[in-house]
Amino acid sequence: MFSTPTKLSGLVNTLRFARNQSTLVLVEHNNEKINPVTLNAITAARALGGEVNCLVAGTSCGDVAKEVSSVEGISKVLVAEDAAFEGFMPEKLTPILMASQNQFKFTHIIAGASAFSRGLLPRVAAQLDVSPISDIIGIKDKDTFVRTIYAGNAIMTLKSMDPVKIVTVRTTAFEPATVGGGSAALEAAPAAAGDTADVSQWVGQELSKSERPDLGSAKVVVSGGRGMKTGDNFSMLYDLADKLGAGVGASRAAVDAGMVPNDMQIGQTGKIIAPELYIAVGISGAIQHLAGMKDSKVIVAVNKDPEAPIFQVSDFGLVADLFKAVPEITEKI
Amino acid sequence: MALKVLVGCKRVIDYAVKIRIKPDKLGVVTEGVKHSMNPFDEIAVEEAMRMKEAKLVNEIIVVSCGPAQAMETIRTALAMGADRGIHVEIPVDQMDTFQPLHVSKVLAKLAEKEKVDIVMLGKLAIDDDSNQTAQMTASLLDWPQGVFASKIDQTDAGLEIIREVDGGLETIRTTLPAVLSADLRLNEPRYATLPNIMKAKKKKVVKMTPADLGVDMAPRIQIVSVEDPPVREAGQTVADVDDLVAKLKEKGFFSA
Repeated sequence: MFSTPTKLSGLVNTLRFARNQSTLVLVEHNNEKINPVTLNAITAARALGGEVNCLVAGTSCGDVAKEVSSVEGISKVLVAEDAAFEGFMPEKLTPILMASQNQFKFTHIIAGASAFSRGLLPRVAAQLDVSPISDIIGIKDKDTFVRTIYAGNAIMTLKSMDPVKIVTVRTTAFEPATVGGGSAALEAAPAAAGDTADVSQWVGQELSKSERPDLGSAKVVVSGGRGMKTGDNFSMLYDLADKLGAGVGASRAAVDAGMVPNDMQIGQTGKIIAPELYIAVGISGAIQHLAGMKDSKVIVAVNKDPEAPIFQVSDFGLVADLFKAVPEITEKI
Repeated sequence: MALKVLVGCKRVIDYAVKIRIKPDKLGVVTEGVKHSMNPFDEIAVEEAMRMKEAKLVNEIIVVSCGPAQAMETIRTALAMGADRGIHVEIPVDQMDTFQPLHVSKVLAKLAEKEKVDIVMLGKLAIDDDSNQTAQMTASLLDWPQGVFASKIDQTDAGLEIIREVDGGLETIRTTLPAVLSADLRLNEPRYATLPNIMKAKKKKVVKMTPADLGVDMAPRIQIVSVEDPPVREAGQTVADVDDLVAKLKEKGFFSA
């Protein structure tokens, strides 16, 4: 059996290339619809090149799997439906991801950066003995990624030497993929090996209900800080936001003081957003807050302290008493 | 039900310092720069102390991985009330590629060695912003995790944890042993008093290396570059609301 080195090795190299570029996107959802962060992750997965597959795991996956399969550029959608996935507990989802990885040997596992993916993907990475890469803002090549450190005050480019890259993707850095036009095949995900002990249990959640645009995707965001003084005073921001069709956020100080719930926090350890217009009201502009909004296209700051650091990043700064200025802005736009 | 807690602490550049990139563009200047305990780790130590004061916990072991100066952070935790310390020595030139994966292996080995019931960490370190170590440690130990915790209570079967998630708050229950990570609002850490700082000098700190624990330190990443972020062009002050609205309309917002 003699091989013809040049022809065969060319074919083998092509196969190796094809096998070397296979990504699994972990879909985030609520058993009804895809969470938009997944659409940004799919764009990042497509940028890597090679095959893009998705995993939908939950208690009721039908609608979500259908929606995912209609996104362009997906090869197949793996579906794992089980009552045990109530609450999307990472201890229960890790074995499902491991089973898919062991069968399909993906080179990359990707998700949109969120509380869900941050809780789960590092668990998977530890099982695979690889170093996960959080919150990337760019892809240089299949091994090389860009991310921020020191609350966005430095940008690091790093090359991963691990055989499987586990990556979460900052949604502001990648356009969302469009839903519709695709027709990926649906397939049952490989079953998890063994039985997971009942060491953790989802009890419930208290989610803020709001008709307002979601902070991650709003084109305009109005945000309040310590200067708002009370939670009741946020109503003037809600009035302005209503007129603008905007989302409403807050600084850590406002959340710590109990003015607003934690899901409104924008900053290094809260939400990181980049809307077209960010209006910071009564926010001093601490480094950690800037980390969450300094990539906004246009930044407006309203603060009575002319020395507030926020004025160093704002495009338009209004030194004024917010309690007079905000209602006036609402009236005049 | 007296539990044993292992608390991890990291020495980082102080949160208020304006960082500078090194001329070789491969890292950040750390020499001569003010360092402190990672703020999330202070919250972790504080939570362990509150559990001790509530008699849930009877021993707090603090561990820090790093070069010689990591001892400062260990001493701070001891001054806050931890009982003894472990310093896992990492040479300075290995710190840049010392990842949460490596730390989690060290913590997992120590958790088993010391037979602890809870590993308590900060949610993330404010230098690398990774938010991975607690999750990876839990995974290696095959223990449940309660990460981004804003409230921790004991139950008959283990712990009930309220977590801060993207949409609000989530409540979970775990058995023990477990790995937890502290989020911002879990508590407000105490300051070490002078008598406690003095007492801390007498508390025992053991030194070891990752090799002593059988942990492989081989780097998994290569740093290609560390650079300044893009600079925003300087903005302008506007005279009043009318001026602001006009300028924003010029930019295309609020079209009538």
